[in-house]
Amino acid sequence: MSLKTLWHKLGSPRWFYELSGPWTTGFGVAAALLLAVGCVWALAIAPEDYQQGNSYRIMYIHVPTAILAQSVYMTLGVAGVILLVWRMKLADMVLACAVPFGLWMTALALVTGAIWGKPTWGTWWVWDARIVSMLVQLFLFFGLYALREAIPRADAAGRACAVLAIVGLVNIPIIKYSVDWWLTLHQPSSNLLTGPTMPSEMYLPLFVNIIGFYCLYAYVLLASLRLEILRREEKTQWVQQQLQQPLPQQPQAV
Amino acid sequence: MSGQSERNLSLNLNQGSQGLSKRLLRSQLGRELRILVRSPADVVNPLMFFALGVMLFAVGLRGEREVLAEFAPVVIWVLVLLANLLSLENLYRRDFEDGSLEQLVLLARPGFLAVLGKILAHWLQAGLWLCLVAPLAGLALFLSPDQAGFLFITLLLGTPALSLLGSVGAALTVGLGRGGVLLAVLVLPLYLPVLIFGASAVLENMAGFSTSAQIYWLASITMLALTLAPLATLAALRISVEQ
Repeated sequence: MSLKTLWHKLGSPRWFYELSGPWTTGFGVAAALLLAVGCVWALAIAPEDYQQGNSYRIMYIHVPTAILAQSVYMTLGVAGVILLVWRMKLADMVLACAVPFGLWMTALALVTGAIWGKPTWGTWWVWDARIVSMLVQLFLFFGLYALREAIPRADAAGRACAVLAIVGLVNIPIIKYSVDWWLTLHQPSSNLLTGPTMPSEMYLPLFVNIIGFYCLYAYVLLASLRLEILRREEKTQWVQQQLQQPLPQQPQAV
Repeated sequence: MSGQSERNLSLNLNQGSQGLSKRLLRSQLGRELRILVRSPADVVNPLMFFALGVMLFAVGLRGEREVLAEFAPVVIWVLVLLANLLSLENLYRRDFEDGSLEQLVLLARPGFLAVLGKILAHWLQAGLWLCLVAPLAGLALFLSPDQAGFLFITLLLGTPALSLLGSVGAALTVGLGRGGVLLAVLVLPLYLPVLIFGASAVLENMAGFSTSAQIYWLASITMLALTLAPLATLAALRISVEQ
């Protein structure tokens, strides 16, 4: 199938729904396996840090969530452009479904960062450049969430969120730069990448966890997209047929 | 007489669409300014809010000279952001309610120039007056006249960006009954760079460092907003008018 026909076919929620079933399962299984392997490796097998002891292990959650938070915002910006230019229904649904996940990832990154900060920096919170950029990102995600909640009509809400996501995407580099420039001017930031480089025994589980979190993102996004498709196309015949099929793993009523 | 008006007509025809755009911008701006002159409360209220905020900070910090002078740039910049934010609510609200916003979105070509006229009028209504009053507040918070003058320059460079960025938020929330708090949540994160560069310019100037970096940044943020924000505003207005 050529790229162009794929692009046109993505315009059909039904086609996407039928295609995405196995992919959802695949990403779900991959996420479970990778995160299980990564977490056991990270928590039990990876060596202790000679400075931070065991407390550094929260990094294996903190770093992937922080990376994911930024990736999710990128997805939103791209989906916003696609929605405004091509009016693709699927892009609207991506905009709706990815926001809660991004909000959670940003919040998790901030919380795990605070927990990690207590033993290593001696304080839960500092006004460090990276932390503040993350906090701004949390507000941007929340703005998208609140705007969608506030606008009653679904298609108008989607396009309004698209405009906001694009404006946010243009602004994020400026915000990041300004915060970096201002807050690191006065206090040196302690961060992971410029610190002592990690040996591979420590780095590899982190890598596995990052890939695992990406798979989790794909799984959550696809699963919620499928649900959203069913909800929005409720009146169509094919959804009615889908809904009438008995679910295989439905528990018996007692 | 008739010869001259004919010449004017042909001049306008020769100028083509460029002349039309200029006329559109001018007539939109003229309309907004006429409305502004007739409702002075729109100018006075944000200024009163600003003055009140300055007073609260000054009294809260017990009027101590060194403390106030140290915090003055940040306090003034934050209050300018908030006063600007408050005045944004009315930017499109009245036009939305009486239907003229719909006409503007439907009829004005090119639409972003009409929007730009509205934003420019908003800056003249809120930003410019805040720029003029803020140095006085700076003096009241014990900045030296030089520092207050420098504060004025940073505000002059930064406040247009506030009106431009804020207009996108105002356009997105204009159709909603109570957009106030939502507007703040949408717009304030975008204001952060302007605050950082504006306040830090004054602070560094007070400490005797070079501030050209901040000045260039403020100017470039304003220019970037000037090129992109009217387009985003127009897109947002189209969505708000439809619902």
